[in-house]
Amino acid sequence: MHSDRAPLSLKLAAGAGLLFLHLPILLIFVYAFTTEEKSFAWPPPGLTLKWFAVTWNRPDVWEALQLSVKVAAISTVIAMILGTLCAAAVSRTRFFGRETISLLVILPIALPGVVTGIALRSAFSLAEIPFSTWTIVLGHATFCVVIVYNNAVARFRRTSGSLIEASMDLGANMFQTLRYVILPNIGTALVVGGMLAFALSFDEVIVTTFTAGQQATLPIWMLEELVRPRERPVTNVVAMVVVLVTLLPILGAYYLTRGTDTVAGQGK
Amino acid sequence: MTIADPRAALPRTDSAATRVSDVLWRRPTLLLVLLLTPPVLWLGIIYLGSLFALLLQSFFSIDHFTGLINYEFTLRTYAELFTPTNFDIILRTVTMAACATLASAIIAFPIAYYAARFARGRWRAVFYIGVMMPLWSSYLVKIYAWKLILAKEGILTWALEKLHLLWLLEAYLSLPVVGGNSLSVSPTGTFIVFVYVWMPFMILPIQAALERVPASMLEASGDLGARPGQTFRHVLLPLALPGVVAGSIFTFSLTLGDYIIPQIIGTSRLFIGQAVYQHQGIAGNIPLAAAFAVVPIVIMGIYLTIARRMGAFDAL
Repeated sequence: MHSDRAPLSLKLAAGAGLLFLHLPILLIFVYAFTTEEKSFAWPPPGLTLKWFAVTWNRPDVWEALQLSVKVAAISTVIAMILGTLCAAAVSRTRFFGRETISLLVILPIALPGVVTGIALRSAFSLAEIPFSTWTIVLGHATFCVVIVYNNAVARFRRTSGSLIEASMDLGANMFQTLRYVILPNIGTALVVGGMLAFALSFDEVIVTTFTAGQQATLPIWMLEELVRPRERPVTNVVAMVVVLVTLLPILGAYYLTRGTDTVAGQGK
Repeated sequence: MTIADPRAALPRTDSAATRVSDVLWRRPTLLLVLLLTPPVLWLGIIYLGSLFALLLQSFFSIDHFTGLINYEFTLRTYAELFTPTNFDIILRTVTMAACATLASAIIAFPIAYYAARFARGRWRAVFYIGVMMPLWSSYLVKIYAWKLILAKEGILTWALEKLHLLWLLEAYLSLPVVGGNSLSVSPTGTFIVFVYVWMPFMILPIQAALERVPASMLEASGDLGARPGQTFRHVLLPLALPGVVAGSIFTFSLTLGDYIIPQIIGTSRLFIGQAVYQHQGIAGNIPLAAAFAVVPIVIMGIYLTIARRMGAFDAL
């Protein structure tokens, strides 16, 4: 039957599209080893591991990495709590304003980041809040909630409500039900939501430029290097490491949810 | 699970926890309020509060002589958006968003179609990961990669030189509007990077829409005498359209609000995001920055209303 095989033109177009998506990222891996210091010359005149050592000894890179991990970790925890609470409320009951709640959760990611950024920035200056790690966290947690929320809502929808009633009928109180029935059921969805939220926060730059003040997260550090390059080989190495670090949670999320009807990571 | 074993059923205790949970069980509204309070407070105060404050500031104006904000209600700041320079920025951004969205849809469609209809077993996973990795890869690294590619001494120039096609690039760059000194400082460069960075957002909604198209429908169209091109135009495309519109919500909104891509790869002409950034930063003109920030909100509002009418939300 003709329709079971893809026409050659479709294969070529799909393949070319995927190559277009992947080649630029692979290119970063080559540039991390180049011996060329001053320009983006291609092909690389030689290959070296020297820049990994140089990057390792750069305190500014470590500080930025540390701040990024700290912000992403705190934001993820906050987003997991708020997102799960919201998902539980929305999926358990029908109530007035339910649609509004969903919209409220999605809004920070539906509106352009620059809007969220400047809104927070001007609110901080109105309320005279000085920039700190916490101002960055405020922004990040706000747009990470939706990631956890989406994953948790999808799982709650598949978890039967009668399971909870059965648990209560058997004499468990609400906290015991939460501990022994609800959490084991939604556990992986929460872990996946958390990993994706971490990846999102770790990489965020648009909102962060407005809420960071003088602090540098790793993406802000990268941005500085892109706008005013100082040492290109170090940027190359950091870029490669960032790609590898962000991929881990994505592959983990895929691995944990593959085979289910809603595979995680579809929305960013 | 623990409760499956009857002996393991939890002992009934009259602890405080039980009493609290009894109250909550009898009054579900109270439970609902308790669940919703933290997220609604967080998003309501921090996010909506800030948005509202921003909106409010767009109705103030700046005194151009003293540089101080004049806290009186006025529409003057909004009127400033329509001066030739500022309106140009809006027009340029919207045009770019439309072009990038269109190009993303064209490149994304074959990938989504192949993944939805022909990829089976291991290939399905390959396609899925193949879309997911670029989607989640670092945004700045992707931009940086294109800086490496488009730079004058970069890989693209090298490849064209080997193919003896450098004259083609030079001829293209000498064109007005789209050209420039090199690709990395031309509007074309900005366009390529926008398409590259937002395209993965387009693939998944189209794929979701295409997966719902029964293969028998396409066969029926062929059986009734339609050529593949006709089947595509009259059967497949209308059914995939909600998915394309859903994807375009992302690409459009993200292009409207971006200020980093045009800053790193492109000309010195501003986009809305850059205008917001510069007016609030160096110029200190928060009211105008706020008014500029309202533009994408309004455009996206209109866009989402149209998308909703077309049933795009079902494809999300």
